[in-house]
Amino acid sequence: MEERILFELNSVYRDNMRIKGYSFGEGDNSACIVGATRGNEVQQLYICSQLISIFKQLEHNGKIKYGKSVMVVPTINSYSMNIGKRFWSTDNTDINRMFPGYYLGETTQRIAAGVFENVNSYEYGIQFTSFYMQGDFIPHVRMMKTGFESIELAKDFGLPYVFRRDAKPYDTTTLNYNWQIWETKAFSIYTNATDSIDITSAREAINAVLSFLNKRGIIDYKCHEGYISQLIEGNALVNVKSATAGVFIRYANVDSRVKKGNVLAEIMDPYTGEATDKIIAPLNGIVFFHANQPVIYSQTPLFRIIPTDDLI
Amino acid sequence: MVETVVSVGLPIDEKLMIQKNRLIPKSGINGGEKRISIVTGTHGDELEGQYVCYELQRRIKENYNCLTGIVDVYPAINPLGIDSITRGIPGFDLDMNRIFPGSENGSMPEYIASKIIDDLSGSTTVIDIHASNIFLEEIPQIRINELSRDSLLPLAKLLNVDYIWIHASATVLESTLAYSLNVIDTPTLVVEMGVGMRITKKYGDQLVDGIFALMKELGIWSGDAPEPKNPIISEDGEVSFINAGKSGVFLPAVKHWKNVKTGDHIGDILNPLTGEINERILAPANGIVFTLREYPIVSEGSLIARILA
Repeated sequence: MEERILFELNSVYRDNMRIKGYSFGEGDNSACIVGATRGNEVQQLYICSQLISIFKQLEHNGKIKYGKSVMVVPTINSYSMNIGKRFWSTDNTDINRMFPGYYLGETTQRIAAGVFENVNSYEYGIQFTSFYMQGDFIPHVRMMKTGFESIELAKDFGLPYVFRRDAKPYDTTTLNYNWQIWETKAFSIYTNATDSIDITSAREAINAVLSFLNKRGIIDYKCHEGYISQLIEGNALVNVKSATAGVFIRYANVDSRVKKGNVLAEIMDPYTGEATDKIIAPLNGIVFFHANQPVIYSQTPLFRIIPTDDLI
Repeated sequence: MVETVVSVGLPIDEKLMIQKNRLIPKSGINGGEKRISIVTGTHGDELEGQYVCYELQRRIKENYNCLTGIVDVYPAINPLGIDSITRGIPGFDLDMNRIFPGSENGSMPEYIASKIIDDLSGSTTVIDIHASNIFLEEIPQIRINELSRDSLLPLAKLLNVDYIWIHASATVLESTLAYSLNVIDTPTLVVEMGVGMRITKKYGDQLVDGIFALMKELGIWSGDAPEPKNPIISEDGEVSFINAGKSGVFLPAVKHWKNVKTGDHIGDILNPLTGEINERILAPANGIVFTLREYPIVSEGSLIARILA
């Protein structure tokens, strides 16, 4: 294992911020795995730390294939993690909206440039990231339509779903998008936690990465190969929103099979405790995402459902 | 008349309301009137537009008979942000000016954004007022995406600003309010002036003069309007950026909106721990300092100044 400082930011008031990469094996830049870009992505940091531990063992046992190398970058934003802030510690900008970065630009542009220079030559790029809305997902691989995405490769992770959606203008400055533009085959992996550690879904994600790297001939690792992934297009999901605000009492979980008419949740009046609204499944399907905050605004998407026929 | 553009329930006995005040001619409206919309408060820490909204309406009401069109004033499209001194949308930590045109079926901020677009759509002109942020002071200026240059420049020249910056198109900016309105043929001008969390009355008065000049040209105002000043107009290539090379405390040696020559002393980045100067900053070009660092603490890369050649 080689520990290397990819980028270092000096500060008058704090210890320097050191972005570290941990490399295993020697040879082609085969796969790069990036963890927390936001300060609350603790699950993403944890997953990377576990991968580093596993790659150490694999390297020691000669299981990194000859001529291949893997690098793990656990976080590119330790400054924000250390003060419990999601975005950049001083100006609240999002490093994952600054790629490919600019060496002469503002602080987060420089950080992004320093990171990107070190990660953009890999054949495969895997990012553990999080959603801007609070909630839990079925673990999945998420891709944007850029013209460079490969669904078949994404299925090699063996996660239940591969989710593909149209790229929006603000996506064009993410790491994933820029990896793809610079010809790295890029994948974002979502587990069902962000600012807490969910060991079960972390293990599922770790297994998915190891299974992928094994199938791509980068490591030698025997494991359960997971699912035959199902592709879901972004516009196929059905949003279920709340008409009223209040206390959110949820009955359906991610991966629950629901039938049209099932009560997925209730909204309670925060003062009287009366049920003011019932959130009803509009169709048969599987819960792909649900909000997880205890109180919710009206017009909030509470569930995203994968439609199914489910006649049995 | 105060109208609610969109209302969303908050969890505990409160509604989030985006409101506007509509001023119409005393004689009423017949549907053919021109409409100018003044929008501000997208970022909760940008307050310069608050004074503009007040002062514009105060002056209109002084000579209400001169109003010949519709004036819609939206002082706060991110009201929770303004009230809680939060730049983004509280609860989501989202930059509201990166979610337009929004989506009726999306998250709460996207839903609000879509309703705001619906309401503004069809305005004869929209003025979207920003106030830099807490870090930088800006002279009154209008920023125009080069794609909208031909349609917006004639309107921008009337707004009595010091400077018009025609900047390159960037995909990420397609999520802004102004871009989203311009692509649906609602001409929208972005004003930047002053500094975050403050109100610079002089700049506000200057812009209100310009809004009257524009309203007169559009046929919304029949009364007197000041003659707008001739702005400097430039493109990206004529703007030099100065970013901090070291972190520390920035102490300026120049005044905002003053001329400098190549090599002039712009300021120093000080180290309060060691009593040393971490970096002495010199002007990279001849020109005028139209952006200057206001917030003293800087990191490597923090923007210090912009100079217009």
